[in-house]
Amino acid sequence: MQYLVSVIDDGTGRDDPEEQAAIDVFNERLKAGGNWVFAGGLGVPGTATTVDNRAGAGLITDGPFVETKEYLIGFWIIEAPDLDVALRLAGEGSRACNRKTEVRPFL
Amino acid sequence: MVAALTRRFGDLDIAEEAAAEAFATAVERWPADGVPPNPGAWLTMTANRKAIDRLRRESKRDEKEQEALIRYAPEPPEPTGAIDDERLRLVFTCCHPALAPETRVALTLRMVGGLTVPEIARAFLVRESTMEQRITRAKGKIKAARIPYRVPAAEDLEARVSGVLAVLFLVFNEGYLATGSGAEPVRRDLTAEAIRLTRLVRSLLPADGEVAGLLALMLLTEARRAARVSATGELVALPEQDRGAWDPALIAEGHGLVRERLAAGVAPGPYQILAAINAVHTSARDVRDTDWSQVVALYDQLVRLDPSPVVALNRAVAVAELDGPEVALAAVDRLAERHSYHAARADLLRRLGRSRDSRAAYDRAIALTANPAEAAYLTRRRDQLG
Repeated sequence: MQYLVSVIDDGTGRDDPEEQAAIDVFNERLKAGGNWVFAGGLGVPGTATTVDNRAGAGLITDGPFVETKEYLIGFWIIEAPDLDVALRLAGEGSRACNRKTEVRPFL
Repeated sequence: MVAALTRRFGDLDIAEEAAAEAFATAVERWPADGVPPNPGAWLTMTANRKAIDRLRRESKRDEKEQEALIRYAPEPPEPTGAIDDERLRLVFTCCHPALAPETRVALTLRMVGGLTVPEIARAFLVRESTMEQRITRAKGKIKAARIPYRVPAAEDLEARVSGVLAVLFLVFNEGYLATGSGAEPVRRDLTAEAIRLTRLVRSLLPADGEVAGLLALMLLTEARRAARVSATGELVALPEQDRGAWDPALIAEGHGLVRERLAAGVAPGPYQILAAINAVHTSARDVRDTDWSQVVALYDQLVRLDPSPVVALNRAVAVAELDGPEVALAAVDRLAERHSYHAARADLLRRLGRSRDSRAAYDRAIALTANPAEAAYLTRRRDQLG
């Protein structure tokens, strides 16, 4: 079973080498435990472009689809047998990257 | 039965519906065909068949059906111990921290306590459709997010148990003070189920003080059940109860647990303190023999852990017996003089458009708060009133 672990930023994150090192250690643990699927960091919402081509509308807009104080800044996709394991890993990830995480199952 | 079916089929909905269908079939057939020699086994067998039928009907679930058939076929009849284990697993699933607290209680009452949705809706003072939605949503999340159906791993156990205890205490209270018109004043089935499940948790964690405390609290409360409602169905308060009608075996067991916790010499949590208060009450043969100074001392301890108005109010009732009604009345009046009470009232009155009443409540809250930032906030809200 796969889960998306979203990393939520509120602009107070540290983003220093120490934090990056903690994330690297956590990623290695995910790989060693067979829980790793994929992970990535994202640019801040200011770098976003919204594209709406429903019914061929061809609209391109600068900025995110909704402005919020908290936003997605990265994610892990993990493999876990159930939610208990997923929550424990998300907790370790949250501590490593010093940000809130949200866990959602893939359908 | 629902617990066993859930484990077998890994799906609360299917388990619940299969059990209900099996009972419906029994109601239809037993009067005509006679009751089978082993009614319990007949129901289990029928429910299993119903569940498999339903899985077959839902072609999308081929994989699940295979799995269920594999799990179903070779399993021998389960001894009682196994059924207890299944209920314990179901409790941990229903009380999972990934579910909202009020959902945990509702789901436990539905799946483990067997209450109907209308009964649970009444207990929560919400509409039936709202409760139905809440329970359906919770079951959906359990399935989609795969909340596991098992007793948690050792490293998670302690944290998870406190959530389970909170739910079991609420189930017990719902039984002890059943809500809804036409309900029995005391629902013995719920209090008994809560006690049984707490015993199960205790067998899992015999050294946990709060588990022992909650069990003792339930036993010492349950011991007074017979004396608590009069022949005419009216509630009998503790001082007026016929203490001869209290259950001595339950009291002895409850006192034993409280003594065990005292001997452990570890700082007690709220359930242990409440159990100790009940132990003092149940030690007095006559209400006049009650050691009120001990009761007040225990409430003082509890207020430090839980400074809620409800605890303070209960403490005041005990203070009345120790220091007289005048001292207690002053304590009760102080509770009504909290700025948060007036601030909440002011806000509600404002939303109702009762500006003049709201202004008076804001004035009262501003006068009572000691925090300058809060006073500034309340003053601004007051001055915004139309």
